[in-house]
Amino acid sequence: MFLGHAITAQQLYGQLLVGLINGSFYALLSLGLAVIFGMLNIVNFAHGALYMVGAFVAYFLLHGLGLNYWWALIGSPLIVGALGALIERTLLYRLRGLDPLYGLLLTFGLALVIQRLFQNYFGASGLPYDIPPGLSGPPRNLGFMYLPNYRAWVIVFSAAVCFSTWFLIEKTKLGAYLRAATENPTLVRAFGVNVPRMITLTYGFGVALAALAGVLAAPINQVRPGMGADIIAVVFAVVVIGGMGSILGSIVTGFVLGMVEGLTKVFYPEASNTVIFVIMAIVLLIKPAGLFGRVA
Amino acid sequence: MSANPVAATMNPFTREGREFGVVFVIMLVLIGAAPFVAYPFFVMQALCFALFACAFNLLIGYVGLLSFGHAMFLGSASYVCAHAAKVWGLDPELAILTGVACSGLLGLVAGVLSIRSQGIYFAMITVALSQMIYFFCVEAPFTHGEDGIQGVPQGRAFGLIDLSRPAALYVFTAAIFLFGFLAVYRAVNSPFGEILKAIRENEPRAISLGYRVARYKLAAFVLSAALAGLAGATKAIVVQNASLTDVGFAMSGEVVLMTLLGGMGTLYGPVVGALVVVSMQNYLAQFGQWVTVIQGAVFVACVLTFRRGVVGEIGKALKWSI
Repeated sequence: MFLGHAITAQQLYGQLLVGLINGSFYALLSLGLAVIFGMLNIVNFAHGALYMVGAFVAYFLLHGLGLNYWWALIGSPLIVGALGALIERTLLYRLRGLDPLYGLLLTFGLALVIQRLFQNYFGASGLPYDIPPGLSGPPRNLGFMYLPNYRAWVIVFSAAVCFSTWFLIEKTKLGAYLRAATENPTLVRAFGVNVPRMITLTYGFGVALAALAGVLAAPINQVRPGMGADIIAVVFAVVVIGGMGSILGSIVTGFVLGMVEGLTKVFYPEASNTVIFVIMAIVLLIKPAGLFGRVA
Repeated sequence: MSANPVAATMNPFTREGREFGVVFVIMLVLIGAAPFVAYPFFVMQALCFALFACAFNLLIGYVGLLSFGHAMFLGSASYVCAHAAKVWGLDPELAILTGVACSGLLGLVAGVLSIRSQGIYFAMITVALSQMIYFFCVEAPFTHGEDGIQGVPQGRAFGLIDLSRPAALYVFTAAIFLFGFLAVYRAVNSPFGEILKAIRENEPRAISLGYRVARYKLAAFVLSAALAGLAGATKAIVVQNASLTDVGFAMSGEVVLMTLLGGMGTLYGPVVGALVVVSMQNYLAQFGQWVTVIQGAVFVACVLTFRRGVVGEIGKALKWSI
């Protein structure tokens, strides 16, 4: 079962790379969830759906307006972020002060609507999105494996975005306001900070991260209405394993679990779909608050 | 008004008991009349989903735990029951019991893993666990993947009653639904149920009063899982198949919608909600793919404006505890 077939180094590195790519999506998505959760205290069930919308916006920008990948990389998060801000302003803010479960239910309903609308218009199959010209060259030879340019770009870029977000929240003045408003919104308001606007922008920013992940994923996984629904449960598991409310925790867990999933595909492919959930179960038994989480 | 709230709702001579009784009689009459008005097959399906929603409501309505993965209990019991009836050739009631035992066991494992967490965390863990069960059902050979288990024999209940006769099947399904419904009613209106409500309202206080909160929650979780399994197993006998739909994520969402729409924490709410949602799917079938969009919109509207649900609003207007 484990060593039944010889595993070439090529296979191993190849799957590790795929794992690292998936890990970057997990990291970006769980980071967005963590940012939103920290400020709004809700779990954004629409996160997967908005990740999918991000990919579709990139597709529309290319085929509708002729704007290429690099424009989409900026444009899609901005558009989806604005959509997120609108959702927060018109719907989510009405739930303030209620049980956070209502936020989960509302965003779940939104996810249903968004995903199904796209499915009705575009069918269940994927739309192709080409790798941007600048990154489509032949794979780079690293000596032990070939690394396609675009995949290298995804890993480096998403890691950079993740760590900038961490830096922004943990090390800058703006981040300090944000963290203060999480702890005690009333007091921060008394200092003249517009907390409701901060909440709206935080939600927009969190969803923008999801849209960014969607754009990055478009050339690799195609643009598909079901792409968000497929990933959201895994991302939830990643968040549970890492522990809610830890920015760095969600980034690290995302990357590591992506690689673990990749390794499982090499050694025991039958379990590759479930391995993250099994890890979640084990973590819950040992550390119910998650690896990086504070005690609830 | 009796001094003991538990005794009050169980006693037909108190106001609460009478209110429950009146609605119960109405429900009995409706169940009796329904097959003459609507398509019996549809009513039986609705009854299975109503039981499923009642089981789910036991957790969200009375313990305050939102499980977003209850399809894992419905679906796994449905598969096990279908397998037991078709491959092992068990009588339907034994096949159903096998399914219930399986979902109860699964509930025990899932409960141990999730019960220590609260609120949103609990919801996310149940999502992930049910997704794991879904993938297991996709891969496991006995579920036959995308095909599901088809042509489940209905057999003879207790070796006597031929369930392939529509009337017999209807009575059988209605009896199981009523059993499940009354089991939830009994559990909620017992000292056990009072402790659950105490935990929902103020968990630290319940702990300080000396209750082992985790055990009560786990017991409620297992009971809810087993009853959801009862619904799933019965459904497998009624529709004569078990498929991935029953274990999929959309089903977990649907039961949340049913309960929310009907009224969380009300006894009759989940029944009404299930009826509405199943009718929506049935009678809006002409809109095809738009049904899910409509469902999502109803979800959003409910959360924003209608959090008590249909029965909750009626109960409030009449000042009835139903």
